[in-house]
Amino acid sequence: MSFAVGLRCRECGTTYAAEARYSCDECFGPLEVAYDLDAAAKVVTRERIAAGPASIWRYHDLLPDHGGEPVDLGAGWTPLKRADRLAAELGLDELWLKDDTRNPTGSFKDRVVSCALSSARRLGFTTAACASTGNLATSVAAHAAALGWPSVTVIPSDLEKSKVAMTAIFGGVVLAVDGNYDDVNRLCAELVDSHPDWAFANVNLRAYYAEGSKTLAYEIVEQLGWQLPAQVIAPIASGSQLTKIAKGFREFTQLGLVEGEAPVMFGAQAAGCSPVATAYANGTNIIRPVKPNTIARSLAIGNPADGPYALDEMRAHGGDCGSVSDEAILAAISQLARTEGIFAETAGGTVIASLAQLIEKGSIDRTKPVVAIISGHGLKTLDAIVETATPTAVISPKLADAEAALAQHKKETTR
Amino acid sequence: MSVTVRLPSQLRVLVGGSAEVAVEAANVRDAIAAVEALHPGLAARVLDDAGEIRRFVNVFVADEDVRFLEGLDTALSAGSVVSLVPAVAGGC
Repeated sequence: MSFAVGLRCRECGTTYAAEARYSCDECFGPLEVAYDLDAAAKVVTRERIAAGPASIWRYHDLLPDHGGEPVDLGAGWTPLKRADRLAAELGLDELWLKDDTRNPTGSFKDRVVSCALSSARRLGFTTAACASTGNLATSVAAHAAALGWPSVTVIPSDLEKSKVAMTAIFGGVVLAVDGNYDDVNRLCAELVDSHPDWAFANVNLRAYYAEGSKTLAYEIVEQLGWQLPAQVIAPIASGSQLTKIAKGFREFTQLGLVEGEAPVMFGAQAAGCSPVATAYANGTNIIRPVKPNTIARSLAIGNPADGPYALDEMRAHGGDCGSVSDEAILAAISQLARTEGIFAETAGGTVIASLAQLIEKGSIDRTKPVVAIISGHGLKTLDAIVETATPTAVISPKLADAEAALAQHKKETTR
Repeated sequence: MSVTVRLPSQLRVLVGGSAEVAVEAANVRDAIAAVEALHPGLAARVLDDAGEIRRFVNVFVADEDVRFLEGLDTALSAGSVVSLVPAVAGGC
């Protein structure tokens, strides 16, 4: 059962019933799902969680109520992989990768969409919608198809081809907007007013949606053998994921499921869209919006809604925020694939490149364990690597040609 | 000088339903105070207990966020438009 009791404003604390509502009437602050953690503490145990399904819904007690049955393609319970070869290259003693490429539509968005649409169905909605940089649109379209619902997804028109195709294939309406994500987001804020019967996962259902990211923290703790990691690095787009991961660690601690110091939170942004990293470096809580220009399209949000909260979480225990070039992102995608067999999209490259940057800078403690969030699959951003990830040689089907190509390759790589 | 204050739909109920209020003011602080004097209740929605602009309210003068100008002290000229806009929730 869910111990969610309603919605509460993060800014002023005003409470509301568990309905579709996206900002506080009093102060315009964002709303969060509120839980009766005292009651939950009497019921939720490690054993109870471990006996649940191999998906985010093993944590239903601590998620918004799904109303009987979740809208579920199997999001979550992804591998936490020890990454010794990559750790050695980066000069870290202990590195773990949370491999969220392994979700039903290839990104962590399946966690938040499963939450949002489960709440949407409970609240009586019958159409799914979202504003998206790509991954969210794919996940909304897929979950809507599984429900038999129509969907309307709104994306910037210049996204990677693979992300557009992966969304359109599910048969919903895909509106490609001539503009950037922030233009898409503003348009959706107006569409919510004209179509109040549509469940926009990240606008009017945002409070429910965002809770799905907490499950990344829950799973990490459980997969580490009920321990808190010392350091965590996560990508920052709107800032919601990092904020909710920190909240997840806090809730498990409050419930007595785990003990120890709160993890130090680190963020990762692309230099071509780093409003949060800039605010962090400047020691300010005011985030100056930017116009994104980076290959990390899934992180290209110039005006991040939860940026101030992500800053709070990173500053709480001495974290930091990386800001890395597109070249570094591409190199990190290759490095991750070569050392650990995980093919990540550009957001994953941003995380690994930022990890290297923050180790070099001394912000990350080399001697303490790090968990890095790999949030999406590399097939989503093939455009970024097709020019460089090419055959070693193109040959005729003859043994002599193959041997010659192998010899040439050996010569080049041992030079 | 005469300026126009534009209100989002959530705040129009406080001013009898209109989208704009015309007031006399020399800066943003005065403009908000002038609307408050005509329609009590508005200031508390836009400003926090310390009298600063709430974190999730954006105030624009001539399409520029006043946080990048002089904040509440941003000067207005005759015909200036002050827009109060809730921060857009959203983002993925």
